[in-house]
Amino acid sequence: MDMQQLLERESFIELDARSRAKKLLDAGTFRELLDPFERVSSPWLMRQGIATQADDGVVVAKGTIDAQPAVVLAIDGGFQGGSMGEVSAAKIAGSLELAAEDNRNGIPVRAVILFETGGVRLQEANLGLAAIAEIQAGIVDLRRYQPVIGVTAGPIGCYGGMSIAAGLCSYLIGTREARLGLNGPAVIEQEAGIAEFDSRDRPMIWSFTGCEQRHRTGLVDDYVADDADAVRASVIDRFRAGRPQACRSERVAGFLKRLAEINPSAQATPEQVAAIYGKGFQS
Amino acid sequence: MSTQAPKESQGRPASQALSKRGAVWLDALTYSAPLQAGYPPSVRVADARLADRPARFIAVVPDPDNRFVRARGGEVGLVEGWEVARAVREVIDADAGSNDKRAIVAVIDVASQAYGRREEAYGIHQALAGAADAYASARLAGHPVIGLIVGRAMSGAFLAHGYQANRLIALEDPKVMVHAMGKESAARVTLRSVTDLEAFTASVPPMAYDIDNYASLGLLWKVLSVDNADAPTAADQAIVEEALHRALDDIRTDPSRGLESRLGSPHRAASATVRRKLREEWR
Repeated sequence: MDMQQLLERESFIELDARSRAKKLLDAGTFRELLDPFERVSSPWLMRQGIATQADDGVVVAKGTIDAQPAVVLAIDGGFQGGSMGEVSAAKIAGSLELAAEDNRNGIPVRAVILFETGGVRLQEANLGLAAIAEIQAGIVDLRRYQPVIGVTAGPIGCYGGMSIAAGLCSYLIGTREARLGLNGPAVIEQEAGIAEFDSRDRPMIWSFTGCEQRHRTGLVDDYVADDADAVRASVIDRFRAGRPQACRSERVAGFLKRLAEINPSAQATPEQVAAIYGKGFQS
Repeated sequence: MSTQAPKESQGRPASQALSKRGAVWLDALTYSAPLQAGYPPSVRVADARLADRPARFIAVVPDPDNRFVRARGGEVGLVEGWEVARAVREVIDADAGSNDKRAIVAVIDVASQAYGRREEAYGIHQALAGAADAYASARLAGHPVIGLIVGRAMSGAFLAHGYQANRLIALEDPKVMVHAMGKESAARVTLRSVTDLEAFTASVPPMAYDIDNYASLGLLWKVLSVDNADAPTAADQAIVEEALHRALDDIRTDPSRGLESRLGSPHRAASATVRRKLREEWR
């Protein structure tokens, strides 16, 4: 990106969840479901003296993308770290279920999920975890009919159970600002010790879990600049490509073949991961 | 970079012995059927009869010699995720041409997902997605999938191994536990003391760690009382087998291949409200 492009581009990361959804949908087609005025917020946070938010941190928007019916599920990383509580997760799971039902009735609704989340909202722990399982079920169901596209733009990235959900998507798109990983750095440090994982060592964390590395190692399909038009173009390209021959999470033999090449007695390096996973996961 | 992490050998307090429950129950329910060859010691796969029809039983168990050191205590790690996926997909492929889909029973006692640098580097989120995908795909293909919780069902490990089942059954036992995160880490992430966290778990059912509170969320199909969950008596085994048979019947008469049966509890009223409103506004 040269200086002129840099000045002219519209940052995607700086957009809030609602604006991101609007940007991805065709102009003028955005329609929000369960909007903040309906005030369906978390029944559990209040009991713990924590402020709720009227949309519980998820925007459900219907409209069209590339003139095809679509639903965008945009997580607001600014509310409780984009964490999945009972309501926010049900908005995503319920929408995926309805989209799959539509497809069974001949309406080809497609879904984009904007992952900006630390995973389960621990204040709603088991209900968040259960609902993430339902989101995962919804992705695997809908994916049979239409591509389900995941985008993680940052700055939060995608962690916890929702990183597993991202791993189920037909395609994943990421920017340099976003990280994709299962366990948060502080939790790894807590569970495994600071020598295993120093949660303050940001360059190390990005070198493994940043989307540039995830793209280099085949765990993300498209690595895009922080440019709203580029993100939308990438989403449209992937929808036009249609369902992949096999999703990443279906490439069991391919991943097992690569795992067998790892020497686990040495600590991992980003270069080593790229050397092994860069070969791809074809079985 | 200090890659020789001295903590690695101390990952588990000496007081916390490796749990044998997964192995014990898998062996009992399959009448000591031989383990399928070709799987690592941490993934036990056995084929046996269930209600006079063929079924596959799968457990993730501790392996003190696991080549990935952070996955020695019964955690679901990189290899475990992809090998569970393989065990499930073998059955899907074997029955692909048949209307008679064999049952899959996930015997669940999983300490957690594996927390480590190698795990993040090589995409443990993708490995767990591989397993979750396989179970969800089996369910959608018509295989009755039952999750039998005999010990811990923690977080990402549970999402990978069992949470996609048509029906979940748990033993009523103090060591049976479902949660999104261990207490110490959950306290750290939510900026609370462990004492405060425990105080909240008393008034907020989804935050609790015990099986009775979990059962109140409506996610379990049945809770079974047994005498000895560590070393099942003949009567204990009969109770569990009877429940598995009834679960199979229940799944076979249910027209849905989804997870709707988990939505009935008053503690999940918001999950149901969100779905109802989404449907009203969906168009």
